[in-house]
Amino acid sequence: MRLRLRFDSLRETTPMEYARHFAAGGLVTVAASLIAHRYGPIIGGMFLAFPGIFPPSISLVAKHKREREAAQGFVGVQSAQAEASVEAAGASAGAAGLGAFGLVLWKCLPGHTLLPVLLLAVAVWALVAYSMWWLREKM
Amino acid sequence: MIELLLRFLIGGAVVSLFAVLGDTVKPESLGGIFAAAPTIALATVVITLHERGAAYVALEGRSMMAGAAAFFVYACAVSWVMMRRRVSALPTATVLLLVWAGVAATLWAVWLRG
Repeated sequence: MRLRLRFDSLRETTPMEYARHFAAGGLVTVAASLIAHRYGPIIGGMFLAFPGIFPPSISLVAKHKREREAAQGFVGVQSAQAEASVEAAGASAGAAGLGAFGLVLWKCLPGHTLLPVLLLAVAVWALVAYSMWWLREKM
Repeated sequence: MIELLLRFLIGGAVVSLFAVLGDTVKPESLGGIFAAAPTIALATVVITLHERGAAYVALEGRSMMAGAAAFFVYACAVSWVMMRRRVSALPTATVLLLVWAGVAATLWAVWLRG
């Protein structure tokens, strides 16, 4: 299966839904920061990988699928569930990459400066996530 | 207060950016990887390093591995339930956050706490 970019799918998301994404992302980030401030880096660090915005994201994916199906005259409940399941499977590949991101931070700091470490960590996240996705597709 | 506002704005912007990427990338299963992008870490790490130092961020990185393992189990659980049960996405994904909490707490107890 080939990687494609489809910018027309951005039209499915309304400005209000983008605003909700922004607010949810901001709130989860603040909550993770407060937890780290209160309980320290060991517990706080775990919340850097907390799936706080995942439930609204996956709900939006299912909603858009239902709307696409309704536009074609179908009910689309089951296909919306399947789409949400596929999205979650993709997220599991991303989560594997997230672990690799943390590993890079752990092993490369404080010995190196932050910017190259962050760039490396993002590259490793993308590589591991894509590899896990590719393996899953092949299985 | 200003620092929290800054974290809110940066966090919102980073999450929105990855949400747009996830919507754009096809097939959908590949777009799903952006739902587990390192958004919170990217949004906070620069400020945290400036305030607390690199050793603190490294320690957070180690714990992030445990959080990510919990996220992996959680995402697999959501995928499995959504495929096999007739349930809505939002309540299912919300209730199953308990799976994330359980795995994270277990990894904290057996690995991070010592």
